[in-house]
Amino acid sequence: MSLRTFKGGVHPGHYKSATEKKAVVVAKPPAVAVIPLSQHIGAPCDPLVAAGDAVKMGQKIGDSKSFVSVPVHASVSGKVVKIGKCNSPLGGSVDAVFIENDFQDTWHESVKPNPDWEKMSADELRKIIREAGIAGMGGAAFPTHVKLSPPPERKIDYVLINGAECEPYLTADHRAMLERTEDLLRGVRLVMKILGVKKAVIGIEDNKPDAIEAVKKAAGAESGIEVRALHTKYPQGAEKQLIKVITGREVPSGGLPADVGCIVQNVGTCIAIADAVQKGVPLLERIVTITGSAIKEPQNMLVRIGTPVTDLIEQCGGFTSNLRKLILGGPMMGIAQPGANNLPVIKGTSGILCLADSEVAEDEIRPCIRCAQCVEVCPVSIMPLFISSAVEQGLYDRAEKFNAMDCIECGSCSYICPAKRPLAQWIKMAKDEIAAKRRAAAEKS
Amino acid sequence: MENRLLVSPSPHLKSPENIKSIMIDVLVALFPAAIAAIIFFRHHALLTMLICTVAAMLTEAIILRSKNIFGDGSAAVTGLLLAMTLPPAPPWWLCVIGAVLAIVVGKQVFGGIGNNIFNPALVGRAVLLVSWTGHMTGWLAPVDLTSTATPLASPSAASLADLFFGAVGGSLGETSVLALLLGAAWLFYRGHINWRIPGGYLLVVFVMGAFLSGGDNSSMVNGLFHVMTGGVVLAAFFMATDMVTSPVTPKGQLIFGLGCGLVTMLVRLYGNYPEGVTFAILLMNALTPLLDNLTLPRKYGEVAKS
Repeated sequence: MSLRTFKGGVHPGHYKSATEKKAVVVAKPPAVAVIPLSQHIGAPCDPLVAAGDAVKMGQKIGDSKSFVSVPVHASVSGKVVKIGKCNSPLGGSVDAVFIENDFQDTWHESVKPNPDWEKMSADELRKIIREAGIAGMGGAAFPTHVKLSPPPERKIDYVLINGAECEPYLTADHRAMLERTEDLLRGVRLVMKILGVKKAVIGIEDNKPDAIEAVKKAAGAESGIEVRALHTKYPQGAEKQLIKVITGREVPSGGLPADVGCIVQNVGTCIAIADAVQKGVPLLERIVTITGSAIKEPQNMLVRIGTPVTDLIEQCGGFTSNLRKLILGGPMMGIAQPGANNLPVIKGTSGILCLADSEVAEDEIRPCIRCAQCVEVCPVSIMPLFISSAVEQGLYDRAEKFNAMDCIECGSCSYICPAKRPLAQWIKMAKDEIAAKRRAAAEKS
Repeated sequence: MENRLLVSPSPHLKSPENIKSIMIDVLVALFPAAIAAIIFFRHHALLTMLICTVAAMLTEAIILRSKNIFGDGSAAVTGLLLAMTLPPAPPWWLCVIGAVLAIVVGKQVFGGIGNNIFNPALVGRAVLLVSWTGHMTGWLAPVDLTSTATPLASPSAASLADLFFGAVGGSLGETSVLALLLGAAWLFYRGHINWRIPGGYLLVVFVMGAFLSGGDNSSMVNGLFHVMTGGVVLAAFFMATDMVTSPVTPKGQLIFGLGCGLVTMLVRLYGNYPEGVTFAILLMNALTPLLDNLTLPRKYGEVAKS
């Protein structure tokens, strides 16, 4: 059977062999957990605890009144030492609660199983998901309850589960699909129930045949949940591309998946939903792939949120001598870090990538030779070369004309460019400038 | 250790391909045609190709004040392509003038690689053609190197098989269709060209040649004759496909190819020159920005909002 695919995209090497066969190892809980109050797009939380307070595992320690926000929880039990600054994997520094671990793992009273979870209403489930602090675990960490609350006039008929894991190097979702298959399916059923949808499709790239088989077997003949093998190509896991591949629908420009009746959730998020609803456990830990040729022992680890990156590096045998780049996330969309100190794992941290000199290209930026490769690979069919040259000249109106605002920031254009031009970065600049201009215009009128 | 960490924007993986590797691929693709030229025209061909290539590289290195003579390889490509458009045994100074003009007027005055509007090799050839028409039409018969006419000037002189294998008079790079197709296959395989420009170009030349050129032959033979003579194959796969000077949009590329074919055949059938390839491509080069702007692809999600 030929697999349906999306337009454009690139085929970087997979680089997954170092960890794809390695079962998830439980990382040591940190001596001091550093829980940032801002871990996602949306409003930051206000702290609910102060220095000196005793906290228990699973206790809510930060929350916000904003709808587009989720609370944060203590991932260890112990004592709050301070509320201070830490480096954010998303860049910059943010406020965080520092908790000294007493290593007792004493659960907070609010954490208890929901025996009647199967009878809960959609609204009750949404509330549990929000209170459990669940945000998209594919990387962008968008608050999940918001995604599960589409406007009532939109009829949702498809739940799409993203098991593509199209980023090279990362194997966290792959391992989760193999090792927590039942919880994944439970989470999928919950999402279907919340949205009142009869059909879910779990999309998995065909470079993970074992995961496809495992999930297929577990889903069995269950009606409504289909497992679909996808032709391996980056950026398969981008919402708009996944929707196109699986349903053939296109999200209108500037619109949301709900506009075409779809909601996309990551596999890790579904597992977190299952844990929260059934066991009452908020989002306290996640699977992180620690890999790259500058780490001695690459591993998939189950990590408490707030664990310092340096702890994990140590548990993986440390860096080799030629570390050149430290990336949180995958190699295509992850963020390069200036250092590993005072840097905790957050809800959206799918990977810690330690690249050696040999894996890091530092190329001179050359003039565009109009090879049209960026046009060919762009999955949303915009014109990266024209946008970038407009941005170089400060012509943001022109960048807008070439559809800069439709960029999904996948980085395929920068990947393919033979002149090594940072096209995606320039397009992001254009998006920021155009958005700022639109805001200014909106305020004026 | 930490102070030597590199911080740069994503993506952190890059394709191994760069400008130099593309240029080397083009040189490799021209290799069969170069070998064919040497077989047919011996040392004349070798000298012409060497002089053009070296002169082009030196000119570029001087202008860029670079000690790296090969550089990104683009000057070598320009020089070799220019040689391919020259008759087998031009005077050495003609080669040098052509190469210098190609690099200076064709490329560097616009700001160097990526910024030129016209195909540099064809700019060089065009100036030589109008300035030294006699030298530019000094055709030799292959192998025995006696003076001869090109098939376009006297169509009865060559069979289709001769044209395909290259046993005809003509420029260095236009004689052997077989050698050119081998090179083109390499460019396809490496993903540097797609079917749109060559396909559009060859289609129009074939159709117009078949139905408008008259003569005693069947239209099939007429069509193939026009496709295989006068450097159309060289132009369709190596000149019109020049990345810098051809459109970047899929539709634009197809229209560009069709336009090249149309102008080539208009010149051949109704113009004063026996050959129209050079001016066809230069004219279409000028239309490239317009074609790009008129044929922007439909973006993802560009549908009426429900």
